[in-house]
Amino acid sequence: MDPLIVNALIILSIFGITLLIATYSTWAERKVAGFIQDRLGPNRAGWGGLMQPLADAGKMFFKEDFIPAHANKWLFIFGPSLAMLTACMASAVIPFGDSFIIGENIVLVQAIEVNIGILYVFGVVSLGVYGLMIGGWASNNKFSLLGAVRAASQNISYELAMGLSIIAIILMSGSLSLRTIVEGQHGGNWNILYQPLGFIIFLTCAFAECNRTPFDLPECETELIGGYHTEYSSMKLGFYLFAEYINMFASSAVTACLFFGGFNYPGMDAVQNELIKSLGESTGHNIATGIGIAVMFAKILFGIFFFMWVRWTLPRFRYDQLMNLGWKGLIPAAILNVILTGAGILLEMRWLSWVAVLIVIGIAVLQASISQKKELRAQRA
Amino acid sequence: MIQNVFWFLTFLAIISACMVVFSRNPIHSVLYLIITFFALSGHYLLLNAQFLAVVNIIVYAGAIMVLFLFVIMFLNLRRETEVQKPIAVKFAAVISGLILLAVLLGALLKADIQPGSEVDSQIGLVENLGKVLFSDFLLPFELASVLFLVAMVGAIMLGKRDPGEPTI
Repeated sequence: MDPLIVNALIILSIFGITLLIATYSTWAERKVAGFIQDRLGPNRAGWGGLMQPLADAGKMFFKEDFIPAHANKWLFIFGPSLAMLTACMASAVIPFGDSFIIGENIVLVQAIEVNIGILYVFGVVSLGVYGLMIGGWASNNKFSLLGAVRAASQNISYELAMGLSIIAIILMSGSLSLRTIVEGQHGGNWNILYQPLGFIIFLTCAFAECNRTPFDLPECETELIGGYHTEYSSMKLGFYLFAEYINMFASSAVTACLFFGGFNYPGMDAVQNELIKSLGESTGHNIATGIGIAVMFAKILFGIFFFMWVRWTLPRFRYDQLMNLGWKGLIPAAILNVILTGAGILLEMRWLSWVAVLIVIGIAVLQASISQKKELRAQRA
Repeated sequence: MIQNVFWFLTFLAIISACMVVFSRNPIHSVLYLIITFFALSGHYLLLNAQFLAVVNIIVYAGAIMVLFLFVIMFLNLRRETEVQKPIAVKFAAVISGLILLAVLLGALLKADIQPGSEVDSQIGLVENLGKVLFSDFLLPFELASVLFLVAMVGAIMLGKRDPGEPTI
């Protein structure tokens, strides 16, 4: 087969799988919610409610497509389209697997391999907020506008801490390419073992960037009706909701690549050698790659499950708490992490960023005890 | 093919830059400015400077323009409340624009690059850029970071409440 055709097939299948997983994430979200709240969840459409996403899509398409009278019509349509576009772009640079050997050619299981992969993801994520902002502004509704403004300030605040936590990873692996970062974690050297604080900061920021609970303040129903999508109906609303699930998929994939070794798994060399010995060079390698892809998707699906788990466990933050956490908590912690990681590389002590965890925990405990004492004093007075 | 992409990006950049100036609605101006940044990033990509292209998008389109939109949305500008600027301000704007044009023209006229001359096509990649920044241009780079630090401290100073000023 022509390598160009194989590449096109890989791009198309990555796109298709992204959409498929996002579709079934909506079903899984309700199932997980049902499980956590001790009820059944969707179980009418198809076996175990498996046809539910299709039914939802049908409902969304046939609802009235309403555009408010004084809305800015083109921007009103442009908002959800942009949200969907940026959400679909992020998974282009993610390495889902090693490579397939087809005849003479080696084909990477990745849509495009660029030497700035992680920056590309970061750039696309930073554009994602425009969909919400433009849609919220174009609706000509005060609540939508407030939701849009919240989305903007939240995304900008958490992008900083996210960038700083990624810098520590880049320092460790010495490359901006996601594939090199993944290959650097070969042999059980997963970055989470060396970057625990970076992982926690990155995960928190990923929740905030995806507008997921506990940081879903742009669509906070109790304060803003529906937030930026108050005026939206039909498939435009569907695009906004669907983009959130695609973002979840993409951020789980990026988390898996950065911190959990991507398609690496313990003992993969032994498996590959056995397969090559018994099935021949190319077939063995291809099957080993297939196992790697399965491992990668298992990690991604667990990441998506974690998003849902948190959503149905934690309540929503207050807005000032969100800003305080971002600016006064995560950014200083991330800077400390970068400094200690740099020192660790200089002194060849890769575990040094664990010290950052201890320092942050120490400061948090100290702060909590001081504020408790203050409260006690205030009560006595 | 590449030439066509170049012309398309160039026209897109110039037309949307003009629309930034001519739009009545400030939100539309910001959106056209974002399109301009994207066209410029496309030019960087054509020059094989992927790092600059992405950083341009992250910093300008992703952060600064979001803040612009943020502020403009809060200002709630309408056509009825639009203030006519005095003629002196318009003249000053035109003159400062022309000065910038003169500087750019001077730099371009002095530049001496023959069309066929050897240019290292890898110069825009992040490794080479980093090496140049941290060896030949270390002092300007560090000075720029000190400048940013000063700007940050200044912003915090301006945003800080005076003692005695009521909280919220």
